[in-house]
Amino acid sequence: MSAPQSHLETLPRSLNVLLALCFLALLLFPFVGTDFYVQMVSRMMILAIFAMSLDLLQGVTGLVSLGHAAYFGVAGYALAFLTPAGEPISLYTSLPLAVAASALLALMIGFLVVRTHGIYFIMVTMAFAQMVFYLFFDNKALGGSDGIYINFKPDAKLFNLENKHVFYYFTIACLLAVYIFLRRLLWSPFGRALAGIRVNEHRMRALGFDTFAHKLCAFTLAGALAGLAGYLWGAQTGYINPELMGFHMSAHAIMMVILGGMGHFAGAIIGAFSFEYVLHVFKDLPEVAGFNLGKHWQLWMGLFIVALVVFAPRGILGLLAKIFKSNGDAP
Amino acid sequence: MSNTASPRSEIPLLSARDLTKRFGGLAAVNQVSVDLWLGQIHAVIGPNGAGKSTLTNLLSGDLPATSGTVVLRGQDISGWSPEKISSHGLGRSYQKTNIFRSFSVWENVRLAAQSRSQPSAFNPLQWWRSAFNMHEVNERAERAMELAGLHKRRHHVAGEASHGEQRQLEIAMTLATEPSVLLLDEPLAGMGSAEAESMVQLLLRLKKDHAIMLVEHDMDAIFTLSDRLTVMVNGQVIASGWPAEVRADKGVQAAYLGDELSEAH
Repeated sequence: MSAPQSHLETLPRSLNVLLALCFLALLLFPFVGTDFYVQMVSRMMILAIFAMSLDLLQGVTGLVSLGHAAYFGVAGYALAFLTPAGEPISLYTSLPLAVAASALLALMIGFLVVRTHGIYFIMVTMAFAQMVFYLFFDNKALGGSDGIYINFKPDAKLFNLENKHVFYYFTIACLLAVYIFLRRLLWSPFGRALAGIRVNEHRMRALGFDTFAHKLCAFTLAGALAGLAGYLWGAQTGYINPELMGFHMSAHAIMMVILGGMGHFAGAIIGAFSFEYVLHVFKDLPEVAGFNLGKHWQLWMGLFIVALVVFAPRGILGLLAKIFKSNGDAP
Repeated sequence: MSNTASPRSEIPLLSARDLTKRFGGLAAVNQVSVDLWLGQIHAVIGPNGAGKSTLTNLLSGDLPATSGTVVLRGQDISGWSPEKISSHGLGRSYQKTNIFRSFSVWENVRLAAQSRSQPSAFNPLQWWRSAFNMHEVNERAERAMELAGLHKRRHHVAGEASHGEQRQLEIAMTLATEPSVLLLDEPLAGMGSAEAESMVQLLLRLKKDHAIMLVEHDMDAIFTLSDRLTVMVNGQVIASGWPAEVRADKGVQAAYLGDELSEAH
């Protein structure tokens, strides 16, 4: 932990306890929150899954993708196309298919983009995402710029996703499963190799690692998990449009990961929650002396992110880790 | 010295023929042939810019050769990627320390050892099992740590270790991949005399089971260690043979040792 460029991978025990308490609070939230807030927190959790999937690339492997929303959106569209006009589709067929669609798209695009490095990787991922965006935006058959309504939530047989609380718990189960999966993956041989690629890809190759296959696999996995988030988003909102695959969505995900702290997937969750909350606050800012503060939320958001990067370069989680660590070190 | 020791096998483990690397009009390496035998250290010397590191990079696949062939353990590896060459039994260290600076010393070596037990990245088993209780990997890493004398530094952050330790780590990582051919690019560079001495001892121990190419400037070490000696100047081999022969070579004395003397003044 003491080397400056090291990413967050482990946290002080006391901070882990705090995070567990936060999770407990999430579990209990529907008992106290109104429907509006239950839905809002569901949405935050969906975005948290999306942010975690990006963190696998950005924080773990060191690949900054500026087109990650494409895989988020495609799974949402897959759900929209799979859902018949007059009845719901089974969760157990539509979810795997939607995730597979995102994974396949990520595999194909990844095959071309993971060969590039640094700024080129950023540009090429963005270019492909824009292509996907305009494919849907310009084609009436794919919903066009208006998007598509999803009239029914997927049918899960055992539980009813139309119920907001049930949907909330289903989302929280997905969030937890993805978190556990990624945390395990981080300490697996595959995860260690990805971290090695982030730190020194050249040496990884000299040691005999097929870094292309590792990066492509990470890109595909990240796309699949982004797809899970996009599927949930489509199911929750009942509406999917090209904006969800757009540049802004991708950029927001990057900001969430930076805001929360890279490399530890809890950071991405915190980042997604904070980003959405701060967005909510900034958009609701009042009008002061004829100037509508809320309308210029992007300006405040930009300033907020800049301030955070300056004062907490390793994100909120990094800041917390530092505070908890110094407290823990004291006798 | 073991100049008279005959190679244990008839075929060299690594054999490069007429390797050439051109950067534009400049031939950094020009028609160089090198054979590496099991149980022998083949030293490559030459003034700065002679093309020694470029030669190493050509053999390891870090740079593609303009022309020429490399045969490693009976297989033509010309044009192979570095990872494929490494998997085929070639290990190299770098002149400029090339480690995972933010990782612990142990994790550097462990990761290197892991490369030999790495099935496809797409195998889901690789995503779920813990990297830290892979028995075989830990053993391999442990052996390399022990050999390089790093076992007391295990938990140090690699980027904060001393220069000498980073050089040892460089070697330990290479050894953890259990190569049969070792290319060592100035392993003694910048080391104190005690550290250099233990490195020389290590290389003598490693010689038994490896074919080693050693690029080095330290003349004492070279005459202690080398079984074969190749002198390069301006990308070309000007002499190659037993160290005693090469030392007696008039051309070498004029071109290389002469240069060294004038550089010293």
